[in-house]
Order: sequence, then structure tokens, then C-alpha cells
Amino acid sequence: MTDQNALRYTAEHEWVLVEGSIATVGITAYAAAQLGDIVYLDLPAAGTAVAGGTVVGEIESTKSVGELFAPVDGTVVEKNTAVEDAPELVNSDPLGAGWLLKVEFTELPELLTLEQYNALIGE
Amino acid sequence: MTEQHPFSARHIGTDAAAKARMLETVGYGSLSDLMAAAVPSAIQFDRSLSDSLVPPAATEREAVDELRALAGRNRVSTSYLGLGYYDTITPAVIKRNVLENPSWYTAYTPYQPEISQGRLEALINFQTMVADLTGLATANASMLDESTAAVEGMLLARRASKSASHRFIVDADAFPQTKALLRSRAEALGIEIVETALDAVDHPAHPAADAFGVFVQYPGASGRVWNPADVIEIVHQAGGIAVVGADLLALTLLTSPGELGADVAIGTSQRFGVPMGFGGPHAGYLAVRAGLERQLPGRLVGVSVDAAGHPAYRLSLQAREQHIRREKATSNICTAQVLLAVMAGMYAVYHGPDGLRAIAAEVNRVARSLAGQLAAAGYEVVHADFFDTLQVRVPGRARGLAEHAHGQGILLRVEDDDTIGIAVDETTGDAELLALARVFDAAATEVPAVEPATSIPAGLLRTSEYLTHPVFNTHRSETSMMRYLKRLADHDYALDRGMIPLGSCTMKLNAASEMEAVTWREFASIHPFAPKSDVEGYLELIRQLERWLADVTGYDSVSLQPNAGSQGELAGLLAIRGYHRSRGDLERTVCLIPSSAHGTNAASAVLAGMKVVVVACDDLGNVDLGDLRAKIEQHADDLAALMITYPSTHGVYEHEVTEICRLVHEAGGQVYVDGANLNALLGYARFGDFGGDVSHLNLHKTFCIPHGGGGPGVGPVAAKAHLAPFLPGHMFAQDAEHLQVDGTSVVHGGGSVSAAPYGSPSILPISWAYVRMMGLQGLADATASAVLAANYVAARLAPHYPVLYTGENGLVAHECILDLRAITAESGVSVDDVAKRLIDYGFHAPTMSFPVPGTLMVEPTESEDLVEIDRFIDAMILIKAEIDAVAAGEWPAEDNPLRNAPHTAQAAIEGEWTHPYDRARAVYPVHSLVRGKYWPPVRRIDQAYGDRNLVCACPPPEAFE
Repeated sequence: MTDQNALRYTAEHEWVLVEGSIATVGITAYAAAQLGDIVYLDLPAAGTAVAGGTVVGEIESTKSVGELFAPVDGTVVEKNTAVEDAPELVNSDPLGAGWLLKVEFTELPELLTLEQYNALIGE
Repeated sequence: MTEQHPFSARHIGTDAAAKARMLETVGYGSLSDLMAAAVPSAIQFDRSLSDSLVPPAATEREAVDELRALAGRNRVSTSYLGLGYYDTITPAVIKRNVLENPSWYTAYTPYQPEISQGRLEALINFQTMVADLTGLATANASMLDESTAAVEGMLLARRASKSASHRFIVDADAFPQTKALLRSRAEALGIEIVETALDAVDHPAHPAADAFGVFVQYPGASGRVWNPADVIEIVHQAGGIAVVGADLLALTLLTSPGELGADVAIGTSQRFGVPMGFGGPHAGYLAVRAGLERQLPGRLVGVSVDAAGHPAYRLSLQAREQHIRREKATSNICTAQVLLAVMAGMYAVYHGPDGLRAIAAEVNRVARSLAGQLAAAGYEVVHADFFDTLQVRVPGRARGLAEHAHGQGILLRVEDDDTIGIAVDETTGDAELLALARVFDAAATEVPAVEPATSIPAGLLRTSEYLTHPVFNTHRSETSMMRYLKRLADHDYALDRGMIPLGSCTMKLNAASEMEAVTWREFASIHPFAPKSDVEGYLELIRQLERWLADVTGYDSVSLQPNAGSQGELAGLLAIRGYHRSRGDLERTVCLIPSSAHGTNAASAVLAGMKVVVVACDDLGNVDLGDLRAKIEQHADDLAALMITYPSTHGVYEHEVTEICRLVHEAGGQVYVDGANLNALLGYARFGDFGGDVSHLNLHKTFCIPHGGGGPGVGPVAAKAHLAPFLPGHMFAQDAEHLQVDGTSVVHGGGSVSAAPYGSPSILPISWAYVRMMGLQGLADATASAVLAANYVAARLAPHYPVLYTGENGLVAHECILDLRAITAESGVSVDDVAKRLIDYGFHAPTMSFPVPGTLMVEPTESEDLVEIDRFIDAMILIKAEIDAVAAGEWPAEDNPLRNAPHTAQAAIEGEWTHPYDRARAVYPVHSLVRGKYWPPVRRIDQAYGDRNLVCACPPPEAFE
């Protein structure tokens, strides 16, 4: 089980796990539940330069199409091909096997703590 | 006799006695008391029947006689005009069993897939046919017409292209109406169109090298067949997308666009057995290569599995449609042309690959024979490579020749003073050839005609297979075909089985008399660009219908060109745009849209080059006046329009609508009133009177054009005089002038929004007949009856389900919203469960989760009688009791009649019955079903599975074993 307190969060309902200069990015359990059955992911390829706060991909469920924002400036070093093949992983394990991107960054912006994020979603 | 049964008494389901009982339940003494209380007095118009342009009601027989007279004023010439419209032979088995069969034409869009398996299979046949013939991976379930499909192809190219360019290259040899549509639509979106002779320029100077996409017509408008593979390669190198407009019949002989490298193919399936109808309706098509599926606009049928693991069809990727994605949608197109796509697909099922190839070969032989005769007579046939269309050089004589031919009942296309175009089709036989040759004085020539042995370049001869699936190779006999069509129709729930109480969809009667004229030859067999003297009857019918529609909505002028509601919206917004720009107000581009609006509004606004700003709504779904004032102030300099639906999307007569319109006008904006809910207003109030500047109407809702299982639709746009000059025009309009309500004429000068000048004219006799047979009084009676029916449903169901949103006096308009959210929270039973359980009770579900998630919106319409309305209400009450049993723990949340619905015969019969309720409750929840029950062919369909495993072509037969 991923330690939710060890993660940082964004207002776009994404989580970030910082390990050295690599940020692993996924969507929160709340976001996955709101989207419902996720059926397709459009993720940027490794090597793509991304700017924090901009749309870099799409998360499609049977109900809607959500946008994936880059939480940090940097370069994608890996995308999770397992979730591309089995999008339901994002629903079943959003904080673990359902991770989406690993981004190499130079500077970390200010992110939300679990407490702050929970306040945001009213929990 | 006729007095005893005026048509309105046939159209309106409730008689006086029924209405009296319903009024008692609702608590009003009379219909006029109810309407006086429901419709805000400020907007009720003082109806004086004698002032109306709508004549007093005719009987059914009189109206049909009048249509006969109008038909008699059309002249059916033999058309060789081509340009995407060809005469065709509709197999009689398809005409009788599909086009004229209410089981097909009265069905709704297949949003409830479990009760739509028949037409979903027919549509997947169509998709498979298009994908096979174009050589591409995935085709959608049809587009509105060829030219709008080309526009969608262009927009898709812009989304999918890696090029940063704003240029789109258009083949000079594309159909002229398509070029015009591409130009007018591109202008509003900042796309630069470059028209060029594609093969004339060498790489690297080729304009395709700096463009996000290219459109190639294959074969060209001139008839020429050439290989565009090099151009496609050039645009690919630049990161762009190649869109090919291809003729499906030609593709049975020609190398497919997919094999030539195309990313997208578009076109029409009209010549696959769908009459020309003076322009429509027909099914356009759009297909894409692998990797672009998720960019497809419109509807896409896919295969999923049901609860038993059996394959089942459903609409795929709906999350990308405009009702969910709003301004971010891939397109504003909601409707397909389902009925026509079904016909075209069945044409291929009936003929099969060999039959289609034989038809194409014969068409080509006739064209070659004609080319030989003309050449022998000394004419220059410009292109040696062609499929069915010849370009003939007749220096200085083109107009004279065409006029002479017209005198012989033959239509030739004048390309310019020196050039004639002749397109032959499957109806062109030796007698027609002879008549054609005579026009050119080529028949009696002594030189024997040398017929070219081939007119298709060897490199473009098709070698790949198509239509190999068994469905295209089985139904050769009429008996087999008839039974296949019957089997599919039996899978589906249409108005011929029972009520379809879909809110905001107005599933009213499509009367047989109204349908009568659609297949008459004088309406069906007319080319959209036929000369004016051939279509006087059509033009008179159109003129009358335009003025009636303008009159009953309080506008001055109407355009019938938009062939769907979404296109009517677009045309209306483009008229507003044109108006502002004509006054130098270039910066007025902001479109205010209430948060409760249908998503299509926002998608259309974006395509009209506008910026969407959302206005908040209050808890009742009404526009928040405070927020509206703030947004208007914020956009004082750039306000273009407000789009508002009336009555609101929540089915409520908003009381502030006059004030809302006034505020927008004061700020220099225009008011667009969405006519989706006109059925609650007609004969009682008019959009134009309370402040609307422009509206679209849905003839397929309010004015009885059948939904066709998901199209055709007709979405005329109606406008005040100041906007009329900006309504859609057309380069080939037989009459540019449109007679306004006040008797003056106006030229509609805006860009076209459809391929044909009057959109889909062959179905206009339906709406014409409806208005003619109802009269203004009948239309008003229909409105009142619809409002009464909705309020009766609301009153009877309110003790069981909370009714969300009512207007003043606790009344709803023509529909009501049942709020299941608290019920779901308490019991775990969802709107889906209730919708699917209604199938077991023999009903089509109401609209689910629109406009509010977790609710059902019910619109009974005026056409249902009290017995059927009560049957529905009783079913809903019994379902509520089932929900209560789940809530009380009598049945587990995961195993109860609701969660397991719908129940198939197989589920009830096969294997051991393990559920905590008995089989009879599963399939016969009310006893009357024993004698007559609709059996769904599949159990509940897994939506996620289908979207995760996208399959959009016919599955192999083994899948169903």
C-alpha cells in the first residue's frame, strides 16, 4: 500500500511521488472514482518535454474525457505502458500500479499535502 | 366523416374524456386554465387564427391531394449531373421493409443498446462496408452528407496533424459544393484554404508540403481517375493528414484510398440505393486509418459483451461526443443518418461484393461506350481515365447543348461555356445511351464507335478483396433478405411497439399520411442541382413551409438547409457572426451559454468561431440573472450572443426570459433561442415575440419527421429580418430569394452548411403535411395536450419519485425530471437499473442523466393515449416498489430484478435459477406481458469492455455461437 502521506498532490487531482530528480505522476483515487471505468489513456512518450500546468495527455472513461496535466516542468523519462494496455489498473490501483508518468524535473513547484488535498475535495 | 375524425384527433392520443381525467389529477378545470397557469402570461401571444399564414386544417385526404398536385409540378428528368448524386435503383425489398417500415423509421438513436441490436447490427454492416471499400480501419455510423463529411475530415486533420500550419489544401477537381462548404466553414475557424490542381505542381514546391492536410477527390469532379499517392506522400512528409473524398461504387473497381496511403476517406453512400430526393437525406461516410479512431466525429458502433458474456453491439466512445465534452468535443455533429445508412448497408448486403462489382463494371462500360460514340462523332472526351463521368469539350456550345438536352428530359452539367460533364449511373441503359447520343448528334454516325477497352489505369485497378464477411454473401434471395430485415427489426424497440418517453427528444407520432409522399418519384428522383423549371413543386412546398415555420415562431425568414439540429445551431450562430462583422463589430465573438444548456450549443459555438463563456444557473436550472448581468458587463465590448433553450433544458417555463433577452440586446448581443423544446410552446408563444433573434427548429421533434433510428434530422434556422441576409445560401440554389412572412423577399447570403441547397428536401413533405393537417389550432391543441400529459405523469409519479424543477404553480412544461439521486443513495439502485428494468416491463427508458446526472427525464408527447401513459406510470410505480424491496434488504443490492435487468428469454430458461426472485417476476412483472412481450435479445451490455477493446466491424459469425 502506498503511503498517501508520502505523496504530494495537485488541484488537478494528481499525485506526485518525488524520488531524487524523478517525479512519478498518477491520478488520485478520488479522481479515478469520479471518472468511473477508465477505458483509454493517451500519455506523452518518453523524451517529451512538458511544462507544469499544461495538458499533456487524456484519460478517457465511459463517462467523460479528463485531461492529464504535467505537475512539473521537465522531461518524460517513462510512461506506464501497462496502463495503456490495461486502463482498468488506474481504477483498481490508482496510487500504485496505475501510475502514469515519470518526469525528470529541475525544480519542484509548490504542491499540496494530503491534508490540503483532502480539504480541497471536502474529505 | 371527415368532420368526425379531423387529423388532429388522430395525432393527439388523448380524447376529451381522457383529458378530463388527467386534468382532475393535475388539479385544473380545463386545458386553457392549465396552459394559462403554466405558460408565463408575459410571453403568451394573442392568437388570432385569421392572421396566421398557416391555413385552416386540411383532412388527410385533402393534404395528400395537395401534395400530389405539388409533386405534379416537379419534372423528373434523367440526370447526368453527377457531383456526388446519382440515380440509383432502390431494391424494392429494402424500400418496403426499411424505408417504409415504422419498425425502422420510428426508432430512436440507439442509446439503449439492449433494445437496439437490430439497427446496431445494420449500422455495423454499414461501417464494415465503408471500411472495406475505402481500405481503412474504422468507419463511423454515417455523416450528414458528403460535403459536411469533408469539413469533418478537415477538422479531424487539424486535430490529428503534427503540422503547425493553418493551411488546408483542396483539390481543384473537388465537387464545387464541397469546396464552397470547406471555404465557408474554414473562414470562421481561421483555417486558410488553398485550392490547387494537385497533380500540377512538383515537390518540393507543392503546396501540400506546408499544410496540416489535403483534400483529394477520387475520382475527380471532372470524372478523371488519377493516382494521388505522391500528393499523399508529400503531405505526410510535412506531418499533415490526407483526406480523400471517394465514390464507394468506383472503389469496387479502383485501388482503395487506404492502399494509396490516405488517413481519412469521406463521401456519400447515396448511390447505394438511396433516392436523390433533391439533395437528401442520404448517409455520408467518414473512415480513418488505425490510430485515428478516437478522433472520429459522430456516432461509432462497436462490439462489446453482455452480462452473459455474449457479443452485443453498442455505441462506442460516447464520452467524446459533444453532449459530454461540450466546447472540447471533436465535433458538433450529434445525428447520424441512420435510416439511410441502414439502406445503403443493406444494398451491399443484398448485392454482395460480386453484385456491386458487376454494377460498377456495367456503369463503367456504359461510360466507355458513350465515350466511344462521342469520340467517333468528333467530340473531344477530355480524360481517357474515368469511372462513370466524362468531361466533353464543346467549344462555345455547352449552354445551348444543355438547354437542348433539357428539352429532351436530359440533364447535362455545364462546367463552363466550352465543357459539358456527363455522369452515368446504374439506371443508364442502352435506351438512355441512345437518347444521350442523339443529343450530341452522335447516334447516327457512320463511323463505328470504338469503345475503349478500359478507362481505369492499370496501376489503379483494385486487387484487394472487400465485403468478405458472410453477411454480405448470404442474402441473395428476396425471401432471405426480407427475413433478415424482419429479424433485425424484431430485435428493436420502436414507436410501433410502445411509448418512447425520451425527454427533450419528442418521440411523437410520424403519421402514415405524412410519410406518403416521401417515396413518390416526383420527390425522390430529383437531382439537387436540377434546373428551377424541374422543381417548381418542390420550391412551392419549401416556400410554404418556410413561411409557416417563420409565422408560428415569430420570425421573418427560414432556411431549411441545415440537415440536423446541430447544423441549424451552427447556421444561426454563423448568421449572428455575419451580422456583427457586417457592422464592423469584428471583436464580438463571445457566446454566453448557461451551464444547463445542451453540450451541442457549446460545440456549435466553437465551430462558429466563438468563445464560450458559461453563465451560472440557479438551483432550478434557470439562468442566474445576477451572473448574467456580471458576464454581460465583463464582455461589454465582445459580446456576440446568448444561447438559451426555451422552455429550459430542465423542462421549465422560465419567467425571466423576456428580461434575459432585453439585457443581452441592451449590450449589443444577439439572442439565440434553441428550439429543442418548441413542443411546449407552439401555438402559445413565439420565440421571436419574447426576444429571440434566431432559432433552430427540429423538424424531427416538433414537426413529425421520424427519428429513423438516429437520423435523418432536419434543423431549419429561423431568423428576424436583420439576420436573414446572413442565413445559409448555396451556389446552386434554384431560387436565391426567400419569401418572408411580410411578403417581401430576401436573399440568404451566408455560407452554405449542407451539400445541397435545401438540405434534405425529400422528407420536408412530412412536416408540410403535419402543419397542413393540424392547422394553427391543431398545433396549439397538440402543445396543450403534451403539457397536460407531462404534468399528469409528474402528478402521478410525484408520490413515488421526487419531481425535480417545476415552474410557477408547481407545473412543468412538456417534460418532467424524476430525481433518483436520493433513492440511489439509499438503495444502491441506479438510473441505469431503472432504465434497463423498464425494458422488462415493455418500455423504452426515458432520457438518462440529462440534463441532471442521476435523473430520468420523461416526455410523453401529445401522441400517447391515456392507456399507454398509465401503463408507463404503473410500471414506474411497480419499479419503485422493487427499489423499496432492495432498500429494505429483501433482495441483495447485487442480485435483484433491477440490477439483473433486462432479462432475456435465455436467462430465464437456461440453467439453474439462483436469484432471490422468481422467473415470472423477471420476465413477466405484469401479467399482461404474457400475451405480448418485447424480448430483449441481449442482457445488460458492458460499456467499459467495448471502449477498452474497440471493435467496430462485423464480428465473425463464430462469435455468436
